[in-house]
Amino acid sequence: MTDILNGLVHLTSMLILPGLAYGSQLALGALGVTLIFGVLRFSSFAHAEGLSLGTALTILITLWLQGMGVSLGVLPTALLGMLLAMPLLALVFIGTDRALYRHFRRINARPEVFMIVSAGVMLIMNGVIRLVIGTDGRDFEDGERFIVTARGFRDWSGLAEPLVLKTSQMLTIGLAVLAMACLFRFLNRTRAGRSMRAYADNRNLALLSGVDPDRIVRLTWVLVAVLSVLAGVLFGLDKGYRPFVYQQLLLPMFAAAVVGGLGSPVGAVVGSMIVAFSELALTFAWKKALTYLLPAGLAPDGMMQLLSTEYKFAVSFLILVIVLLVRPAGLYGKAAR
Amino acid sequence: MSFLRAENLTGGYGGPPILNGCTIEVDRGRIAVIVGPNGAGKSTAMKAVLGMLRLTSGRVMLDGRDITALPPQARIRAGMGFVPQTENVFPTLTVFENLQMGALLRKDAIGDTLDEIFALFPILADKRHQPAGQLSGGQRQQLAVGRALMTRPSVLLLDEPTAGVSPNVMDELFDKITRIAAQGLAVLMVEQNAAGALEIADTGFVLVQGANRFTGTGRELLADPDTRRSFLGGRA
Repeated sequence: MTDILNGLVHLTSMLILPGLAYGSQLALGALGVTLIFGVLRFSSFAHAEGLSLGTALTILITLWLQGMGVSLGVLPTALLGMLLAMPLLALVFIGTDRALYRHFRRINARPEVFMIVSAGVMLIMNGVIRLVIGTDGRDFEDGERFIVTARGFRDWSGLAEPLVLKTSQMLTIGLAVLAMACLFRFLNRTRAGRSMRAYADNRNLALLSGVDPDRIVRLTWVLVAVLSVLAGVLFGLDKGYRPFVYQQLLLPMFAAAVVGGLGSPVGAVVGSMIVAFSELALTFAWKKALTYLLPAGLAPDGMMQLLSTEYKFAVSFLILVIVLLVRPAGLYGKAAR
Repeated sequence: MSFLRAENLTGGYGGPPILNGCTIEVDRGRIAVIVGPNGAGKSTAMKAVLGMLRLTSGRVMLDGRDITALPPQARIRAGMGFVPQTENVFPTLTVFENLQMGALLRKDAIGDTLDEIFALFPILADKRHQPAGQLSGGQRQQLAVGRALMTRPSVLLLDEPTAGVSPNVMDELFDKITRIAAQGLAVLMVEQNAAGALEIADTGFVLVQGANRFTGTGRELLADPDTRRSFLGGRA
């Protein structure tokens, strides 16, 4: 019995909680990918840099706030900085749209053209981020780091395995659920959200119905900015901010959005969980969990780790390839409906 | 002058003109049908009435007011309802949301109009929470018409409302369109199913190469052997 409990605690602490947190972070990012694809009809390669820029802005604002003596007590000050970074990033996105994407919308450019333009935006943003905050990693979490510490849990439960719950994990899961609930409510229950979905569904009919396209585009970028800052900051609180690591988030975010079906917000969330848990489960060393959970005779000798953690991007890539081959429209995509 | 009158329409999509001075008109409570061979400019004439086309000459009058300079959105605001031939619903939105989108331009309560539309198309009331993409072809056409009626237009423009639906559904749709006209709307439609449409039409406009060839009541055109042979499927 204790063995089973130990095994479950070990899995919760090392796989399930990190997986939920990582999946939530991906979901917030993938929702942005899918919104841009659904409403503006292109795949934005600059999306990961958007997360990165949003986080960099948050870090700078947080440093300034801390310099002025502002603190949220047990919670990280970045939560406050984040709120100020959101409108800034929205302005950056809307500015980029005005300067670049709007022109290509007016000449009715094909989606591939937009994609290449977004690759250019990615390179520019990448450079701007280096200028603004440099390339070094930064840890910007302050406040209380753990809700449940390893020692605290062991003393309380008497189990050999510790359960660790980081503040950042709890914040990530809680804020992600809240943000998604707000987003879905906005899309399904408000006039503006409905207009946005109508515009994504059938642009010409939406225009005839009286939808103002400029307003929809602006609204989309504002939503994408809010989601990007949230995703970036929560990822950064959890794992630290490193510009190069953020660049690499592009692949899992796209894999998640494609698995769920590009353009489908529900799909983006489900796809993110699939990608996050696949990545973690395939690179997880199962030895300890199996030793606890299997009968004594069957305990494994090796690490029981299918892939080294360096190969985690191969998992996203593999999922992307499999989905595109087997079900290109994704789980909730239009063709599957 | 008729309630809606588009006269001497000339223009096209930038290349050679597709419309060559045709005139189309319809009064409230009446149904007018534009028929003609393929490429005669039937749909183009309707697009011109809605303002989706740059005219080189001609004008469109609605209730005595010259609306030639207005863009399509403004014409819808002025009282035109338009049902495109294809892609005329929002497939991932529910039936109810589609109707709400139809009423986007309205600022007042839409409850009464919804009731009227559900009375006219009871199937829409039954399926109000289903995504429009899951409806059958005929149901989708009914939704498209219902959506266009949400602005309470005085003119309803229908671009081939029966394209791709079965004969039964076609008869039902024509019946509904007759009822809509009876409520006092001016109905103008383009139809490939000329024979069926002329049955319910008060006026038929036969277009050939963007110009009026024959104009008459639906019965007259159906009875005329020339028109029958040339444009109504050759069953003279």
